[in-house]
Amino acid sequence: MNWILLLEQIMNGLQLGVLLFLLAAGLTLIFGIMDLINLAHGSLYMLGAYLAATFTNWTESFFVGLLLTLPACMVLGMLLEIIAIRNIYTRSHLDQVLATFGLILFFNEFVRLLWGPIGLDIQLPEILNGSVELIFGIRYPAFRLAIIAAGIIVAILLYLLVSHTKLGMLIRAGASNRQMISALGVNINLLYTIVFGLGAALAGLAGLMAAPIMTVEIGMGEEILILTLVVIVIGGVGSIRGAFLAALLVGFIDTVGRSFLPDILGFFVTNDVADTAAPAISSMLTYVLMALILAIRPQGLFPPKGV
Amino acid sequence: MLGLAAVPLIADVIDEPFYTVMFSRMLILSIGAISLNLILGFGGMVSFGHAVYMGIGSYVVGIGTFHAIEDGISWMGNGLIHLTIAVVFSALTALFIGSISLRTRGVYFIMITLAFAQMFYFIAVGNDNYGGDDGLSLYTRSKFYNILDLSNDNSLYYLNFTLLIVFLYFSHRLINSRFGILIRGAKSNEKRMENIGFPVYRYRLVAFVIAGVICGIAGVLSANQTDFVSPAVMHWTRSGDLIIMVVLGGMGTLFGPVIGAVAFLFLEEFLSGITEFWQIIFGPMLVLIAIFGNGGIDGILVRLDKWWQIKK
Amino acid sequence: MRKILFWISASALLIISQVATAETVKIGFVTTLTGGAGAIGNDMRDAVELALDHLGRKMAGSDVKMFYEDDTFKPDVGKQKTDKLVKKNKVHFVSGYIWSHVLMASRNSVVGKGPFMISSNAGPGPVAGKLCHEDFFSTSWQNDQTTMAMGEVLNQLGIKTLYIMAPNYAAGKNMVAGVTRTFKGNIVGKDMTKFPAQIDFSAELAKIRSAKPDAVFVFYPGKHGLQIIKQYAQAGLQGKIPFYSAFTVDSLNLPRLKGLAEGSLMTQFWAPDMDNAVNKRFVADYRKMTGRYPTFYAAQSYDTIMLINSAVEAVNGDLSNKAAMRTAMRKANFPSVRGPFKYGNNHFPIQNFYLRKVIKDSEGNFTTSIVKTVYTNHQDTYAKNCKMSW
Repeated sequence: MNWILLLEQIMNGLQLGVLLFLLAAGLTLIFGIMDLINLAHGSLYMLGAYLAATFTNWTESFFVGLLLTLPACMVLGMLLEIIAIRNIYTRSHLDQVLATFGLILFFNEFVRLLWGPIGLDIQLPEILNGSVELIFGIRYPAFRLAIIAAGIIVAILLYLLVSHTKLGMLIRAGASNRQMISALGVNINLLYTIVFGLGAALAGLAGLMAAPIMTVEIGMGEEILILTLVVIVIGGVGSIRGAFLAALLVGFIDTVGRSFLPDILGFFVTNDVADTAAPAISSMLTYVLMALILAIRPQGLFPPKGV
Repeated sequence: MLGLAAVPLIADVIDEPFYTVMFSRMLILSIGAISLNLILGFGGMVSFGHAVYMGIGSYVVGIGTFHAIEDGISWMGNGLIHLTIAVVFSALTALFIGSISLRTRGVYFIMITLAFAQMFYFIAVGNDNYGGDDGLSLYTRSKFYNILDLSNDNSLYYLNFTLLIVFLYFSHRLINSRFGILIRGAKSNEKRMENIGFPVYRYRLVAFVIAGVICGIAGVLSANQTDFVSPAVMHWTRSGDLIIMVVLGGMGTLFGPVIGAVAFLFLEEFLSGITEFWQIIFGPMLVLIAIFGNGGIDGILVRLDKWWQIKK
Repeated sequence: MRKILFWISASALLIISQVATAETVKIGFVTTLTGGAGAIGNDMRDAVELALDHLGRKMAGSDVKMFYEDDTFKPDVGKQKTDKLVKKNKVHFVSGYIWSHVLMASRNSVVGKGPFMISSNAGPGPVAGKLCHEDFFSTSWQNDQTTMAMGEVLNQLGIKTLYIMAPNYAAGKNMVAGVTRTFKGNIVGKDMTKFPAQIDFSAELAKIRSAKPDAVFVFYPGKHGLQIIKQYAQAGLQGKIPFYSAFTVDSLNLPRLKGLAEGSLMTQFWAPDMDNAVNKRFVADYRKMTGRYPTFYAAQSYDTIMLINSAVEAVNGDLSNKAAMRTAMRKANFPSVRGPFKYGNNHFPIQNFYLRKVIKDSEGNFTTSIVKTVYTNHQDTYAKNCKMSW
């Protein structure tokens, strides 16, 4: 076993994991508190990426772009909540799926009208565009390191927000008992709008960070949306802690599968078979994991208490 | 219905065979939607992996005709064999997926059915012998001895049409049978049904398998219609489309899924003819139907009808 | 009087409309116009329009009507769009096709059903071999050829160990088969990635770093090319391990790569600086029209229209005479941007392959230039499996 390669792949898994966490955190909060299946979460991720690319190109600074994108996404999310989402909280999950699927179509075409069909690029600032040396002379792309750092910082901030502020208290209360907080006279509409905006900002941040490595294009939100749903279900709907652990788990499984599976399979079958089967099997691993976890624990790993 | 029966005749007269193909697709997806409606609309089981059976049916035809042509094994091109194998495999797959998935509820059920669907999707992707990701072109369609050759678009159309009627009648009988009443009862109150002493899990599993089998048959038809099979048939977006069709048309109603499938494909064809950016109209339309529809298009129709009656 | 006038004008209209419909040459063009690969489709469409302009927008005096369809990068969608072109629009030629899997899915809807099928890019093995058809022509190449040339180049450069990366779909498999066939050294690693879903190559690049090969060879068309080169540089591999490619660097991503690909080597049947009158006019007019260098996709699309024109002119606009049109196309008697070439028995070009290098032109734009000829009049290896002869 090559330890340097292993370490590098762990970093890669971590990087994918925190990216998924940023998306999953918002989605699981919205799900847990408003009981809303929001398929359009991936669209917010896409909009975040497009806005980031646009702002960065305008201001010619990635960091200014970042500072503009986050509030823009938050406002966008709050507007979306007030205009459309607010009307479907009380509807069945299936009506929500229909409505938010409609929103996906709308946003995809909206982006195509506004930015054209081709997609955009983000130019990274010099300090983030190279690779840096970790320990033992291992080099790692600077930008991916920045993603990991940002993801962990956000996770800590979210933890502080949820467990040490009044807003966080309401969020926790909302996730475990919806009726209770409305009975306590909390302005539930405002709380919902804020939570939705917060989720949108997190999705936007994920989009912004994915943009330089994954190209900004229409439909970029759909594939990752499914992975995000996998994450929140594994973690237990409504649980931020569960989302964090599940995101890292999925990130690792995906990366490790891609990098080591062909070799592992090579022990059992001929190389040719391993070469063709490995990509398919490694894509399947996350779903096998989810099916296994749900078969054993039908409520996910960390179901929020009091449900 | 009569109008649908006449589609190939009209298309032949005006020399636009394309419309036969388009309506054929509507009929096939209607069958798929009817099957999903059995578990989703009547049983409250939201399967997000229903396209798997469509894929199984399609691959049975694809692989069968592949060997019939490549290796000259003529029985593998026989439509009856295709149907039989598709039914058996769909049933076994549904039994396997259902027996594990039905232990979960709500969104977890949605996601575990998705997970299984994705596994089958990636198995198809990884299967290089039958085209892998690139899919498999059919060089011939299913043949039912010398009686019925699906290479003729019109015969295929009438087969689709007949089967649609058959399955509509079947689901009508099923949901009004004792079994159907139990399934519907379990949707509104599972605990009570269990307390009365009905094995809800087993009933649900049977419904899940029946739905899978019907959708598998739709898959056989679908492969014949498109002359092409690929993993994309069972991609999660296709399962999503089926859900959208059922919800759009009106779930838990007899004709809802047919209305939904036809409306979905018709709007797609019609709106994309008007503007390249047709989804910017279609998307908000879905949102509005979800907010104001309450029961999809069928619900709106019923309420219009009532309003009309009252006005009179 | 009114009645007579009415009948005269009505019958005149009828005659005019019949003449008009009978004479219009209808050409379908299936390509990718949306998503990350939409840029390629756009480029091809521009080249088609330029070719039509060069022809005065007429073929043998007949009007030409183009039907552009978007396959959205999916085989099943491409197949549906092709069906529509054949059954609804009733076109005479179905052309375009960037992707091998889309072409393979669509083939049956066209060949033997009336129209001719002209591939403007994709050249999967089966279509050149066992499934060759009298109704099918290519104005590009067979997939394996370009990478076979690359294998030769690597041998000449003395590369001993090679790491290969390509997407896991029909063309990717052909490309890998091509380079493997001619490369004499040792292939120390090979990754076939999910296409087009996977655009983050961190795990694979880490493996390359650890395998320390003499060289890396990749095939990643379209936006994936942009991604792999950017990520290769970000991972700090650029300049450490030499990077060779096929169909990965093109005129669309070169400006976006901003010098990251400078000096990079690739093989191809054509280059913007090829010295013949047709190509010079094509490149100059294309740049005037769009402000950028044409891609090889554009060059092949331009040739597609010229090939169709040669067929229509040979029968003087009588589109019912398929046999004569086929005979005309087999002669490859049209002004091609790659210079004159011949068709093999399988209707794929027998042509030269060149080694190209990314350079900066006099105005500071990045483009590619021919270094040397690798193969002269090269025929693909699948041609011998094709039973067609003429």
